[in-house]
Amino acid sequence: MTMRSAKTKAMILTRIAPVALTAAIAAGALAVPAQAAEETHALKSVHFSFDGPFGTFDRGQLQRGYKVYVEVCSSCHSMDLLAFRNLSEEGGPDFTPEQVRVLAADFPREVIDGPDDVGDMFERPGKPSDNFPPPFPNQAAARASNNGALPPDFSVLAKARHAGPEYIYSLLTGYEDAPAHMEMRDGSYYNPYFPGGQISMAPPLSDELVEYTDDSPMTTEQYAKDISAFLMWAAEPKMEERKRIGFQVMVFLVVLGGLLYFTKQKLWRDVEH
Amino acid sequence: MSGHSTIHYKNPVVRWIDTRLPIISTMQVNAMDFPTPKNLNYFWTFGGILTLFLGIQIVTGLILAMHYTAHVSLAFNSVEHIMRDVNYGWLLRYMHANGASFFFIAVYIHIFRGLYYGSYKQPRELLWMIGVVILLLMMATAFMGYVLPWGQMSFWGATVITNLFSAIPLVGTAIVEWLWGGFAVGNPTLNRFYSLHYLLPFVLAAVVFLHIWALHVPGNNNPSGVEVKSDKDTIPFHPYYTVKDFFAIIVFLFFYAAFVFYLPNTLGHTDNYIPANPLVTPAHIVPEWYFLPFYAILRAVPDKLGGVIAMFAAIAVLFVLPWLDTSKVKSATFRPLYRQFFWILVITCIGLGYLGAKPPEGGYVIASRILTIYYFAHFLVILPLLGIFERTKPLPASISESVLAKHGGGGATAAAGAASAPENRG
Ligand code: HEC
Ligand code: HEM
Repeated sequence: MTMRSAKTKAMILTRIAPVALTAAIAAGALAVPAQAAEETHALKSVHFSFDGPFGTFDRGQLQRGYKVYVEVCSSCHSMDLLAFRNLSEEGGPDFTPEQVRVLAADFPREVIDGPDDVGDMFERPGKPSDNFPPPFPNQAAARASNNGALPPDFSVLAKARHAGPEYIYSLLTGYEDAPAHMEMRDGSYYNPYFPGGQISMAPPLSDELVEYTDDSPMTTEQYAKDISAFLMWAAEPKMEERKRIGFQVMVFLVVLGGLLYFTKQKLWRDVEH
Repeated sequence: MSGHSTIHYKNPVVRWIDTRLPIISTMQVNAMDFPTPKNLNYFWTFGGILTLFLGIQIVTGLILAMHYTAHVSLAFNSVEHIMRDVNYGWLLRYMHANGASFFFIAVYIHIFRGLYYGSYKQPRELLWMIGVVILLLMMATAFMGYVLPWGQMSFWGATVITNLFSAIPLVGTAIVEWLWGGFAVGNPTLNRFYSLHYLLPFVLAAVVFLHIWALHVPGNNNPSGVEVKSDKDTIPFHPYYTVKDFFAIIVFLFFYAAFVFYLPNTLGHTDNYIPANPLVTPAHIVPEWYFLPFYAILRAVPDKLGGVIAMFAAIAVLFVLPWLDTSKVKSATFRPLYRQFFWILVITCIGLGYLGAKPPEGGYVIASRILTIYYFAHFLVILPLLGIFERTKPLPASISESVLAKHGGGGATAAAGAASAPENRG
């Protein structure tokens, strides 16, 4: 009798022990204070045509984005990995090859080529096969012209920031007056979306800055959206092909998986398992 | 792996080959007729999935290697060249990068399957230990692969991890400089990591061969944990398990494809799209997700050397697991207490993974310490004692009988619920 109750008691104890342990561990893990999280500004929510599994780039938007890049950002930001020929490739801004020839020749800077017959480097207008010529010959020159700050290369920037296009859009439209208590570094601007809040880039965009020839509004917001989309394309030029092939692969896997499932069911029907 | 064929082939060419090199009969015995317990559930399909992923990594890696350049000033751009200019280069690279993640997802499920069903116990101890070697080789390979694109996380991850060896007393610094081939992570480091990253998967393939060989001596464990008693307990591997494995592979590939095609960078870190810069330290240096539990253990210990030892011990403890678990009963189905501790261990490991991604401060450190202590306690204290004190449920006489009990609707396991009895699914 006593033997038995002692046994049940022990059993109850051993049954409860794991549960209690889990609770203790969970409590320990949950007790983690939120204090560790840094202060980060929630990004502005903005819808892009390329969102979602079937989203594609908006050609007109990419063309406008290129215009914003050339006329505004390209004086400071390089885009080393992009070539003019990319602008007419499938899944991008979809310029025609003739347009690309003109765009390459009309780029604000010429391409440095050479050496020529006598060993000198020379400048010549861009060709579709050229990469976008950079604004500065090296990083030191880029810093010297920008208050010591380095304007990052744009080639993969949209993938090098969390939620890239939303971040770039928020950054470009997010300049504000600095809060009274904040001490600003020389030549820096307050932008709550930038880590630390102080960015060494003056607000690059303003309304009516770039002439749009389609009917799109010529506002800071629209410019910011267009350049963000353009930078996403630049960072991920094969996105449309990827999603297209992806869909075919998924359909294939579902069909094959379905067939295999029924094959397996039939095969195993007579096996007691 | 028998030396001489016992199968007599009618086809004269096949017979001629097989009597000289019994490769055909070996395949038939080990991959076709192989008697396999008939009650294996879907957790047994991950071995096949893992073999496939080793193949995917080797094939995609070989082609990437044709276009990749291992030099500090060229590596980053050569990966971008693959992404932009190589035909389907983006596909190869995303398959390879996400393939590493899914390889680890599969191996972790595979390992926890082994823990749940006691697959590490006699007579499969060596099979299990070879598995731990595979895990170590995978980790080394993936770590060095992550360095190759030479982004910020590549560089700083390599710096942090190689620096761990400096904790070794007296010779630490010398070892680290020897690993680096210089006084910091640099071009020699990148080159040797590339060389080793190319080599190790083939070593891995050889060890996988040993793993499968060691499996084919005792045969598969199974959800009941009761060894095969008679022919009635088994069915031939082909077509039953080839078709079932094939189906499971396609389901797994569906999730893999979802990441490759729709979320290709989600499992990576954005900082790795910033070219490596030794002068700029990223705000948070985090390893790939599959290292996070070990990273949390590393940082849980206040002392650097202690942390390194704890991190390696977390894997070393798996080596001796067959001798730490004192229970004779294999499957958790018949071990009511062990089953609960198993799930606590799962939660602990997930918790450590979560903490590994957090900055090492305040409550995160305290939680890491609690979970680290529990992780070791599970193996070093709970398992040895459990075998002595736990009252296990009566075992079925054979696999066939356990199958009958399951279908006969009832018996002890019916009430346990789906979550704690994954063997009932599928
Ligand atoms: C006058 C030079 C200049 C122009 C023009 C300019 N930028 Fe910048 N940009 C900078 C500098 C300098 C930085 C680095 C800021 C820092 O590190 O504080 C920067 C940084 C950035 C960043 C990176 C922020 C981060 O997270 O590191 C983005 C995005 C950016 N610029 C976008 C643009 C876009 C888009 C345009 C064109 C509409 C543009 N910039 C035009 C100088 C410029
Ligand atoms: C066990 C198998 C393997 C694993 C787990 C693995 C893992 C990885 C990882 C995590 C990366 C970094 C991916 C990125 O973020 O870009 C990588 C890159 C790379 N791997 Fe592998 N790999 C394996 C096999 C191989 C093999 C067999 C080869 C060559 C024959 C190879 C060649 C490469 C190359 C060239 C890169 C650099 C390109 C890139 O970063 O995308 N890998 N690997």
